[in-house]
Parts: sequence; C-alpha cells; structure tokens
Amino acid sequence: MLLIECPWCGPRDEQEFGYGGEAHIVRPADPHALDDAAWGEYLFMRTNRKGAHRERWVHSEGCRRWFNVVRDTVSHEILAVYRVGEAPPAAGRRGE
Amino acid sequence: MARYSIFSLLRNAARYHRDWPAAWRSPDPRAAYDVVVVGGGGHGLATAYYLAKEHGITNVAVLEKGWLGGGNTGRNTTIIRSNYLWDESAHLYEHSLRLYEGLSQELNYNIMLSQRGVMNLAHNLHDLRELSRRVNANRLNGIDSEILTPEQIKAMVPILDVSPGARYPVLGASLQRRGGVARHDAVAWGFARGADARGVDIIQNCEVTGIRVSDGRVEGVETSRGYIRAGKVAVVVAGHASVLAEMAGFRLPVESHPLQALVSEPVKPIHPNVVMSNAVHVYVSQSDKGELVIGAGIDAYTSYAQRGSLPVVEHQMGALLELFPVFSRLRMLRQWGGIVDVCPDASPIIGKTPVRNLYFNCGWGTGGFKATPGSGWVFAHTVARDEPHALNAAFSLERFTTGALVDEHGAAAVAH
Repeated sequence: MLLIECPWCGPRDEQEFGYGGEAHIVRPADPHALDDAAWGEYLFMRTNRKGAHRERWVHSEGCRRWFNVVRDTVSHEILAVYRVGEAPPAAGRRGE
Repeated sequence: MARYSIFSLLRNAARYHRDWPAAWRSPDPRAAYDVVVVGGGGHGLATAYYLAKEHGITNVAVLEKGWLGGGNTGRNTTIIRSNYLWDESAHLYEHSLRLYEGLSQELNYNIMLSQRGVMNLAHNLHDLRELSRRVNANRLNGIDSEILTPEQIKAMVPILDVSPGARYPVLGASLQRRGGVARHDAVAWGFARGADARGVDIIQNCEVTGIRVSDGRVEGVETSRGYIRAGKVAVVVAGHASVLAEMAGFRLPVESHPLQALVSEPVKPIHPNVVMSNAVHVYVSQSDKGELVIGAGIDAYTSYAQRGSLPVVEHQMGALLELFPVFSRLRMLRQWGGIVDVCPDASPIIGKTPVRNLYFNCGWGTGGFKATPGSGWVFAHTVARDEPHALNAAFSLERFTTGALVDEHGAAAVAH
C-alpha cells in the first residue's frame, strides 16, 4: 500500500485517495482548431512512463483537493509531491 | 517433434521418464530473420505458430526477455469465453474460442480445456438489463448465451448466496456454456512446441532494448544478445507495449496497471463452473488441483511492478465472502500481480503502426488469455500480408483518431 503525502493533510494511506492519471495534460485552448490526429492525441495518447511518472491524485476522503505526485512506476516510490499550478520538481523531469 | 500419445507415455514410464526429449530447442539468435516476434507469451508464440502453419513463414524468431509464458500468460485466471457485446469483438473472441476447442488435438498437447460454463452475475436491475442486452447480441452473432433465474443459478452453484437479504443480491446471470478454463502454461508451451517443430527459433532471456528504424521502415532490434536484423517486427509484449512504442518513436493510447489474483489451499470439488461479478470485482473458478482461482479488479494507479496494493485484495475477498459465505475459513496460498495494458475502450490494438513493417498487438487489458489463439491467428495474417484480416480490421491504432472505438467496458468484466 502506498503512503501518500497530501500537501495539506500530511501522510495518509492510499485508500483515502483517488487516482487521476497522467498530470500536465493541457486541454487545447481552441478545440475547434485541432485536426482529428491532434484531438486523438489529447484525448487518448498517454506517456505511460516506466520510471518517474507525473500523475494526479485527489484526497477524496480527506481535504478533497487535487495535487500532483511524481512516483516511480517500477518501485512505487513516491519521489515528490507538489501542488497544482506548481512546476514539477527535478525528480519529475528525469527521463524527459 | 516426438508425438505425445498413450504409447509414448507408457514407453517413457518404463524408462522412469528420463528420456523425454526437450519440447523445443534453445538456439542462439541468428544475425537476421524474416520476422522477429517480440514477446514469448501465449500471443507471441501463437503468432509465430500461425505464421509458420498458415503462411509458410518459418524464418522466424520469438524473443522473450524472461521465460516463456512468465508474464500475463502465466498470471491470469485462465478464463475463456466469447460473450462480448459488439460484432467486432464477438467475432474475434468467438474465432478464438473455436480455435481453443480444437487446440489440444491440433498441437498434440493437452491444454486441459474445460468448458464448464461461465456465469456473469447481475446484482441490480441495470446489471440484469445490460446482461440481457449482451445475451441477445451474442445470440444474434451465433454465440451460445442464455439468461438464468436465481433459482437456476442456485441449482447450478448451490454454494452461491442468492437469498434476497444478501449484501449483493443475485437477480440473475448470463451463462455461456461453452466458456470455461484451460491450463494457461500449457497453451504457451503447446504453441512453443508447435512453432519450434516448424522451424521457429525460440530465444529466451533475450530482452529487446531498442528498435532500429531507418527512413520510416523497421530494420531490426537491439537485444541483450546483440543486434538482430529483421524484415518485419511483430511486437506482442502486453504491459510493456508503451515502452516498445517509445523505442520506435510513437505513442500508444495505453496505460499499464497491476491486476492481481490469488489461489486458495486445495479443497474437494465444490465449485462447478466460473462465476464472475462485474459489480463487486471478483471472479472465481476451481482448478483441477482443487484450489480456488480468484481474480480482482485492477489497481487504480499505473505500474510496471507486477504487484499491487493489499486493499484491492481485501475488497475482493470481502466481495467473495458475501457471494460465497462457505469460503470464510479457506486460507489463501499465493497472491501475485501482472501488468495489464489497458486501452481507453477496453479493446485491443492489433495492426500496423506508423513505422513500416512494424506491427503491434497490445492493449488486451484484463482479458487477453481467452483470445490467445485468435489473437495470434489474426496477427500472423496481418504480419504476413501487411494488412489486417477482416476479424481485426476494426482494432487498428487509427480508431483513436477516427473515433470508431469498440467500447467493451461492460463485457471486459474487470472495471477499468
């Protein structure tokens, strides 16, 4: 079980959280300007990184706020936690 | 290839089973092949087998980073069925089930197919309507499927709690009588032996570390045992599909998740078929050894670790005991996880890629074992002819651009 450090509530069990998938996928400013390939890329394509993965979690059974986590998808080690709107820490940029 | 029969069994028994020949060779990789199949699980081995058998392409290597069938082929709960909703999936999975029905004879290898019936439970009115819709769709596609009342369910599986006061009331179920289970290792080994006998090189402990692409065309693969040139490369690596796609320079709509399962201590025959419940994420059958084989839902987060979190197992066990109170004192022996590659529409991707002569077969998510022979059969066709068969044309990578998805979240049975 993961021990996740909520930026507002501190370390809590994984069970209190919901998973929100890959972070930093930005909704296109003008969806109508996109062709099918670009729209498909936004909707469906995912990095699915093996290693340091930047992802969103929500503290559903706590403060109910969203935040970002950098987690190693092989060891499950949580490398960094940062708030929405903050730049990802260095650990999250590894392998880019 | 030495044929297995009652006579070879007796002959070898008389020699204390010391002289059985190896089921397949373990050759060193050659410098070049017509086709390199990446991934020595059931799907990859089936692909190689059908490439040789149906298309006469025998200059083929299967590269496996670990041991044959050590990934999801050896980690699933061995359930086989074809009761999928949409025509495209129904035809593909039914083709696979029909191949399974003749596979032991064809491969001269006992895959222990047991068509004991697969039951999907409905716990509320919506479940029941969805199941009825799926059963009707199946029957229109010529797939055996029927709806059972709680009384019929109780008569088939007396240990299932169908009382009105149950935590998860059972309002009905669908039943596919031709569904069942098979020995998953035997499927991989049978295909390996059959492919090897037709000249395919099966190379274990050989990890692909890079895909060489020049001018938009694949040239070969870098491996832990050196560079191998290839006319065509067919990638069938389940959970690691995104990693291989990145090597070739494109992205997939796939996310890898842990999927956990466990087995109990063996007990006498008590559970006659396969019971699955979408709503509570549990599916259970009893193996020939007497162990209950129990599968869970996927862990929510992405992972390449082949293990998941205990709360998922705890949730699954809780649901199991509500459905089968009789299992309350049963102890669990082993628990494990595999990495499943999940597509947004819970359907696989089988076809061509942006790189010429590079083909991908991935995204089977939580339900690839049932498709093993059919998947290999259509993928071999796709690789040999450089175009998909009618059975897998709908399962192209392009569907995520065109929007022609094949949404099978209902029939996939494990919520994701």
